[in-house]
Amino acid sequence: MCWIEKPVCSTLKPVNGSDSGNPSVSKLISRWLDNRNVLGLLFMLPAAAILLVFLTYPLGLGVWLGFTDAKVGRDGVWIGFENYEWLWEDSVFRLSIFNTFLYTLVASVIKFVLGLWLALLLNRHLPFKSFLRAIVLLPFIVPTVLSAIAFWWLYDAQFSVLSWALVKLGLIDEYINFLGEPNLARASTIAANVWRGVPFVAICLLAGLQTVSPALYEAAAIDGATPWQQFRNVTLPMLSPIIAVVMTFSVLFTFTDFQLIWVLTRGGPINATHLMATLSFQRAIPGGALGEGAAIATAMIPFLLAAILFSYFGLQRRKWQQGGADK
Amino acid sequence: MADKEQREGMHYLESLPRRWVTVYIPLLLFLFFLLFPFYWMGLTAFKPNSELLSSDGNPFWIVEPTLDHFKKLFVDTSYPEWMWNTVIVSVVSTFVSLAASVFAAYAIERLRFKGSRQLGLAIFLAYLVPPSILFIPLATMVFQLGMFDSRWALILTYPTFLIPFCTWLLMGYFRSIPFELEECALIDGATRWQILTRIVLPLAVPGLISAGIFAFTLSWNEFIYALTFISASENKTVPVGVITELVEGDVYHWGSLMAGALVGSLPVAVMYSFFVEYYVAGMTGAVKE
Repeated sequence: MCWIEKPVCSTLKPVNGSDSGNPSVSKLISRWLDNRNVLGLLFMLPAAAILLVFLTYPLGLGVWLGFTDAKVGRDGVWIGFENYEWLWEDSVFRLSIFNTFLYTLVASVIKFVLGLWLALLLNRHLPFKSFLRAIVLLPFIVPTVLSAIAFWWLYDAQFSVLSWALVKLGLIDEYINFLGEPNLARASTIAANVWRGVPFVAICLLAGLQTVSPALYEAAAIDGATPWQQFRNVTLPMLSPIIAVVMTFSVLFTFTDFQLIWVLTRGGPINATHLMATLSFQRAIPGGALGEGAAIATAMIPFLLAAILFSYFGLQRRKWQQGGADK
Repeated sequence: MADKEQREGMHYLESLPRRWVTVYIPLLLFLFFLLFPFYWMGLTAFKPNSELLSSDGNPFWIVEPTLDHFKKLFVDTSYPEWMWNTVIVSVVSTFVSLAASVFAAYAIERLRFKGSRQLGLAIFLAYLVPPSILFIPLATMVFQLGMFDSRWALILTYPTFLIPFCTWLLMGYFRSIPFELEECALIDGATRWQILTRIVLPLAVPGLISAGIFAFTLSWNEFIYALTFISASENKTVPVGVITELVEGDVYHWGSLMAGALVGSLPVAVMYSFFVEYYVAGMTGAVKE
């Protein structure tokens, strides 16, 4: 019954009752609320308000702070590119850029290779398949800081069980100082990052693998394709769009990593593991140089933009690749 | 059943020894690599100090398990308060973000107002803005707003990464709900509000659970904001408290550190174990779209 009331109200009543104040206002409001533009803006309001105030504004504020000499408890004045000029001369900053790229590149490549391998393994017909999948994802859901503490203990110079096992196996004579030497510390932090990142890559790629039809493999096998050819010419092309997206996420989060490094080494030994994020924190919060820290953080933005553009074209590619039959 | 056979593909052609080499052994190695740190964490948490620091004996086992580390954690430190803070901050910021995201996602995906496509893209880009470049300006804002060292600082800043994520996930979910259902309701004279609360939301419950679980885990894991905005011990969250308070000088109390890490991981692990499917759907859904 009620269905007939609504259209009648909104079309006829405003003409009749335009001089009788109240009803026309409520009609006006209800007509407004039927307008998708008005309602859309209204629905967007809470999310947009929070994001504009606590995300967009600080993003701009951060870039601005990078051009000032702000300290903790003191507003800065505009000093132009001085922070950047100073940082350019700063060997620690340069080292942190090198470290960030090394860390991101090595960790991402290893995560991709191991993640893809694990995804292929989990895609096989296995007993307890869903249980296995659930267990595999554990490193990813446990708070990074807390699992990093476990790695810290595993890497301990005196009591490391890894050293203990290697000594017992007769492979080494002395305990390894995992976090004490520059290159070892780099390798150790990368290993911990890989440990946390592999499950994410593997489970996402597994979701992609499950959409590949087995008929394609059968067809390839009938045509005489070896397992490697099947992987190279069926699996990889079918998976490439999702690989592009997953790896962009992985690269972004590795590039801006902070927690793991802060817990394991705090940038040491001799700044060998300082990433741009940890250096920015150290200069800005314990060091008090907000302007300089903000400049370091801002220096990460171009690299992030490059990664995002890469992701955007990865997504674009998907549409023509699957001929629009995707959705 | 047919589906199962199809899934298996042609792998049944492989012989059993070959399967061991190509599948089971690599898989076992992966499992060892991924799970060993947890085993070590759990083992250390129950190991008495005398066994922890002795180099003889088998380190992979405990002779006399002890609860001392947990006792120390709960009696001598503010650990219970950190837990409570983390729970409050995570739950509140998750619900706030979820509520805001439902409206935003519905508006972008279904109201199709002017500029909704661009807003959808903007939400995606907002998800890619990492906390590591926001914490300095946010710290100055938090200070100016007088929220420094309070839970509000975290409750208001966590949605900056939760809302984009939840909105993006729910947009994908709303897209999967047939348009026809809403058209029927519109013809029957339902308002947009009624459509949202009576039709779309009940159908989107799995999506809401996915987004909620994921958001809860993300805020439980958050570290850099909590480290920057909080200084008093009783206001800290678990990750920050464990790192800053349990490490005293050069003497590492590995037992209680591991106990703290174990207890701090349990809530998310338990929640995850109940909602694995939703969690995986949330994670892969956010990446796939």
